[in-house]
Amino acid sequence: MREEIIVRVGAKILTPFIIMFALYVHFHGDYSPGGGFQAGVILTAAFALLALVYGLAAVQRVLPPWFTRLCAALGVVIYGGVGVVTMMLGHNYLGYNALAPDPKYGQHYGILLVELGVLVTVFGVMASVFYLFAGRGRGES
Amino acid sequence: MSIVVDIVLLTLLAVAGIALLRIRNLFAVVMLAGIYSLLSAGLFTVMDAVDVAFTEAAVGAGISTVLFLGALALTGHHENRPGHTPLLPLIVVSVTGLALVYGTIDMPGFGGADNPVHHHVADHYLEESPNEIDIPNVVTAVLASYRGYDTWGEVTVVFAAAVGVMLLLMGGRRSRAAASGDGRAGGDGPANGDGQAGGDGPANGAGHR
Repeated sequence: MREEIIVRVGAKILTPFIIMFALYVHFHGDYSPGGGFQAGVILTAAFALLALVYGLAAVQRVLPPWFTRLCAALGVVIYGGVGVVTMMLGHNYLGYNALAPDPKYGQHYGILLVELGVLVTVFGVMASVFYLFAGRGRGES
Repeated sequence: MSIVVDIVLLTLLAVAGIALLRIRNLFAVVMLAGIYSLLSAGLFTVMDAVDVAFTEAAVGAGISTVLFLGALALTGHHENRPGHTPLLPLIVVSVTGLALVYGTIDMPGFGGADNPVHHHVADHYLEESPNEIDIPNVVTAVLASYRGYDTWGEVTVVFAAAVGVMLLLMGGRRSRAAASGDGRAGGDGPANGDGQAGGDGPANGAGHR
């Protein structure tokens, strides 16, 4: 597949749009179907497509495995961090009303941040698992 | 119109499910599983559960297919016939299925507006979320705010699952790589054993079909 010119060029053209769509799904999740989870999966799909066409090594130069593992943990920290911050501001754990003077804005910020945590974790987890599956068995060959 | 779409989708689901059971070529099975997920996503869309449909299409038809292909590149493409007769499993599955169908007889009618599930907290979510949270997608409001603890649990479960997969797969590879690295004369350890040279894991597996 690495020699097919149409597949190579097509994948290269599609990748930025897939990444853009993932971000749209995340940031538009308040208004339309989707959210952090779906966005994380779509973001992984963009890199999986590149890896299928250009080979794993080429993608891992852009997105090293240590970074995806970091993302997997970072998202959990973001999500939990929002809860800790709201507690420090005197509200319940994950009580988003604390994040802004107007409770509605607080809810908006809270939901966006929490969904960002979901996005980062899901992307990190999916990409790490994909790397593990795709990269396995190459050491022996 | 919706009933026609329902019947077509459910028929195709049944066909895909039976084909999944019968076919022994694992590459075809992976593709059929993706089709099955896509059909389910279509069914969820007909039921107006677009968020669920979105997830099913992205995860079931997208990422899992890629992961299965990655796993197929490591194993054979053909599934052996089971050595035992399918009679006992068939009986167990039939009895369980009949018990489940019997259980649904007591449930309230499908999709009824008066069902208890629609009047526990759902009323509050639907009526108050414009005032309390003020975002149009109530599903996101429920997931991220009203049920924020649940979603927090889900995120940690996803993370824990990834840690488990890493422990299983990376641990094995590193020790084997270290062992093969020790075997060679240079003694340049795991880095050499990991060997970035090939660079075409699943691409290679998919390519020669």
